[in-house]
Amino acid sequence: MENRNFKEQILRISGADVRKCMRCGKCSAACPSYDEMEYHPHQFVNMVNDGKIEKLMESKSIYKCLTCFACVERCPRGVEPAKVIEAVRLEVIRQQGKNYMKPDDIPAKLDEDMPGQLLMTAMRKYTK
Amino acid sequence: MKKISYYPGCTLKNKAKDLDRYARETLAVLGYELDEIENWQCCGGAYTSAKDEIATKLPSVRALKAGYENGGKVLTVCSACYNVLKQTNHEFKVNSDFDMRVNNYMGEDGGYHGEGEVVHFLEFLRDEIGFDRVKAAVKNPLTGKKIGAYYGCLLLRPSSVLGFDDPENPKLMEDLIRALGAEPVIYPMRNECCGGYITLDDKNAAKKRSTKVAESAKEMGADCMITACPLCLYNITKNADTEMEVKYFTELIAEAFGIL
Ligand code: SF4
Ligand code: SF4
Repeated sequence: MENRNFKEQILRISGADVRKCMRCGKCSAACPSYDEMEYHPHQFVNMVNDGKIEKLMESKSIYKCLTCFACVERCPRGVEPAKVIEAVRLEVIRQQGKNYMKPDDIPAKLDEDMPGQLLMTAMRKYTK
Repeated sequence: MKKISYYPGCTLKNKAKDLDRYARETLAVLGYELDEIENWQCCGGAYTSAKDEIATKLPSVRALKAGYENGGKVLTVCSACYNVLKQTNHEFKVNSDFDMRVNNYMGEDGGYHGEGEVVHFLEFLRDEIGFDRVKAAVKNPLTGKKIGAYYGCLLLRPSSVLGFDDPENPKLMEDLIRALGAEPVIYPMRNECCGGYITLDDKNAAKKRSTKVAESAKEMGADCMITACPLCLYNITKNADTEMEVKYFTELIAEAFGIL
């Protein structure tokens, strides 16, 4: 039951229609983070469709997506995998205490040339 | 001097001061003044595609509204601000729930429904000023320089929303490079990701991405790269194994205009 809820929420907040996927793999072929991921963009799409959401939520792959939108641009069916991945990540970090990066982690990672844009973006992606 | 509403964004006030300064100075040569929006807030650097997320988009909405009320559009120079503002503006057109909730939340400050327009400095050069006029303002043509334009992700994608240029074969910056008297270098990775924010969490992943991009430009003969994105500049200069000079595109224009 819990599982169904996750699926519905992901479909709702991503706005993506995962059923349109024809499993061509173009999204994963275009993905610059492919080597870094345990589950690849087309797997996110198909596993959400199959309701295997927990596996995705437990995987570090949700933090490897760069939001570069190459998958969205190149999907011939307009499925928008990046939005699906974003939705799965939000399902995790929106939970109490589930921020991926804590403000205390940041100082050790800084260098003097890092643009504010980087810190803002990372906070958006890794915390709630 | 004609005025245009301007949203600089936080990075242009700090690490990317050159991007801002040369934007103002070069546009002044072309007869325009950047009119900075009052009390703008940071766009957040990344657009959250989640349909139900409102709060993180409000700073962008306020900037869009201010731009709309001050001439109809808002100009950005940073790729990320452009991407975030433009995607936020688009959401009003396709998501009535978003429109309603934003306006409820903003109360008296609301009354905005996506009527405004977001334009990037580069689009402004192409569409409003024209590269002929840019060319006519060149004092030091950059003859013999081979320059690789780096678009990355944020200027181009999603193309159905941004409409900046052909997402797979853009030419805006190449046309600019030609207008400045230099030679554009076309390389395969010019519209691929530099690694973006992952550098904070996984330096090695960012290193791989940025090295691929810099390597690709170098292989095709580029002496230097230009970008509109402070994070692209950071990744290529700090994380790539390949030595490659990266400049903001506004600095290149300033150089050619003889105001550097
Ligand atoms: S948006 Fe994410 S999943 Fe899609 S291609 Fe880019 S890195 Fe890969
Ligand atoms: S590119 Fe689109 S249709 Fe092809 S596998 Fe990916 S999501 Fe499915």
